[in-house]
Amino acid sequence: MSKIKEKFAELSAKKEKALIAYIMVGYPNENATMAAVRGLIKGGADIIELGFPFSDPLADGPVIQNASMISLNNGTKINRFFNIVKKIRKETNIPLVLMTYTNILYHKGYSKFITEAKNAGIDGFILPDMSIEESKEYIASAKNMADTIFLVSPNTTKSRIEKIAKISSGFLYLVAVYGTTGVKTEIQNYSLKAIKDVKKIIGGKIPVGVGFGVSTPEDVKKYIKAGADAVIVGSAFLKLIEDTPQNKRESSIEAFTKSLKRQTVIK
Amino acid sequence: MKYPKEGRFGEFGGKYIPETLVPAIEELEENYLKFKDNKEFKKELDYYLKQYAGRPTPLYYAKNLSEKCGGAKIYLKREDLLHGGAHKINNTLGQALLAKKMNKKRIIAETGAGQHGVATAMACAVLGIKSEVYMGYKDTIRQKLNVYRMNMLGSKVHPVKSGSKTLKDAINEAIRDWITNVETTYYLLGSAVGPHPYPVMVRDFQSVIGEEIKVQMKKISNKSPDTVIACVGGGSNAIGTFYPLVDTNTELIGVEAAGKGLKSKYHSATLSAGTKGVLHGMMTYLLQDEEGQITETHSISAGLDYPGVGPEHSYLKDTKRVKYHSATDAEVIDAFLMLTRTEGIIPALESAHAIAEAMKVAKRSKKSESIVVTLSGRGDKDVEEVQRYLNKHVKN
Repeated sequence: MSKIKEKFAELSAKKEKALIAYIMVGYPNENATMAAVRGLIKGGADIIELGFPFSDPLADGPVIQNASMISLNNGTKINRFFNIVKKIRKETNIPLVLMTYTNILYHKGYSKFITEAKNAGIDGFILPDMSIEESKEYIASAKNMADTIFLVSPNTTKSRIEKIAKISSGFLYLVAVYGTTGVKTEIQNYSLKAIKDVKKIIGGKIPVGVGFGVSTPEDVKKYIKAGADAVIVGSAFLKLIEDTPQNKRESSIEAFTKSLKRQTVIK
Repeated sequence: MKYPKEGRFGEFGGKYIPETLVPAIEELEENYLKFKDNKEFKKELDYYLKQYAGRPTPLYYAKNLSEKCGGAKIYLKREDLLHGGAHKINNTLGQALLAKKMNKKRIIAETGAGQHGVATAMACAVLGIKSEVYMGYKDTIRQKLNVYRMNMLGSKVHPVKSGSKTLKDAINEAIRDWITNVETTYYLLGSAVGPHPYPVMVRDFQSVIGEEIKVQMKKISNKSPDTVIACVGGGSNAIGTFYPLVDTNTELIGVEAAGKGLKSKYHSATLSAGTKGVLHGMMTYLLQDEEGQITETHSISAGLDYPGVGPEHSYLKDTKRVKYHSATDAEVIDAFLMLTRTEGIIPALESAHAIAEAMKVAKRSKKSESIVVTLSGRGDKDVEEVQRYLNKHVKN
């Protein structure tokens, strides 16, 4: 059983939902990344998504675009990224998911990249520009190595959701809103409806995580109430990292994580 | 490839897109297949191409330039004479008409030099659709005049300040807009790039160039031209020129922007110096570093300043049907001035890349041979840029 799957089983037994936190590695530097990871773990995050920067992040809003650029300018490279993953692995057993764009894996070779990532301690992948039609080699390379987490959207058809769910592992990532990451709007009714619909279509075969624009404890509460098995918070963490001096990063991330995690416990 | 299965030209193309765009891309493909051979649609498009845009464009024998080079006869396919001053209108009329059939009320587009933005603004003005154009901040400065034109035509221009602030980033931003407004908006891509079906659709709308060349050349010399040359950035005028000639014996040459030289970092010669990768929804040749990060490009012409290229070009390169060469900024300026002075035709800097190659080829060809160059656009937009270059590089 994959580490991600185990985590969901463990949470389910405790009647809890998952809090998944996203941070961009190397933003604004490696020390900040380590401080953030420690804060996330102390605060009770269940899964951590580690962003590897790509020069052209077309599914991302301004916050992650900016973080990607700064991380790249700071010299974040694949090997350095894997070294950070190894460092994190020495401190924790938490499931780690790598989020980046298709070209990064394609360029190195899917199999080679996934093997190296797995050896460093990565448990799954999210590639927002990887469609199921183009995923054959990617899926084959990840088989028995790591989970492949695909995305669905509120406008994805029923038959397509079924297809995507079938080749996804770990969890299914439901993009809550029409838009890029980190764009804050009121929670939309169509988003809540999408959660219910997707859950119904896949009938518990795989957990559903909701992300994009999830940034406050209130958001978490509403999405969990609507039936999400996990919530994914990203840009809000990056903003907090940006706004906090290094010596306070770990504690402020911890406090914010706690405030989010509290909402995932079903009373 | 007539209509590529799964959107693949060999291993190139495909659709690497965020899931939110899948329904929009499927709707687009469905409608494109429905209308592309529809008689009414073709009649309407044909009307606009003739009466509004000014087709067919002449195939002009550039006698003075040919004599100056002392070899083959050089013919210019005068896309620069089209309404708006570039070949871009062939595609924007086609796609805007399609958008209208699809009942889309809002069109977005990206633009590099501004020619596609202007052509989009024109097509949208005449067809009564709201339009907004994303343009790299750097390009809004290089091509200020085109920004004014778009504004006057009723289009809203969004300067893009992310990344390298050029065409690639304008495409990123247009895609982000599309993801956000997917239910109401039609994305009118200007080059033969992006996810399937854009590369094939743009090619088809631009193929009128090559079709006309075939007919016109036959009238002139009763045979296909020996060589046909077009510039390649994303590659829309080139694929429109080449595609109808792929099954002939004509030598086809695409010309990329070598900027300050292929050995420098300052060029946009994707096919000449790139490696395979995935960007903007397609698998194609890209300019990227050893880790797959897209690198910044350079060209004196904003329209060629792009690190990717249409997937069908990648296929035509690998199958060796088309040769891809390049021209440096300096060669381009020479060609620009040469055509201006010998023929009284001011070419777009993009098109001047093709002229530079034609001059090289003509010099080593026989007088009995013929070369057709697609003059994709006129250069009024570039005179300021050329003057800047001359002030900097030529000391009198």
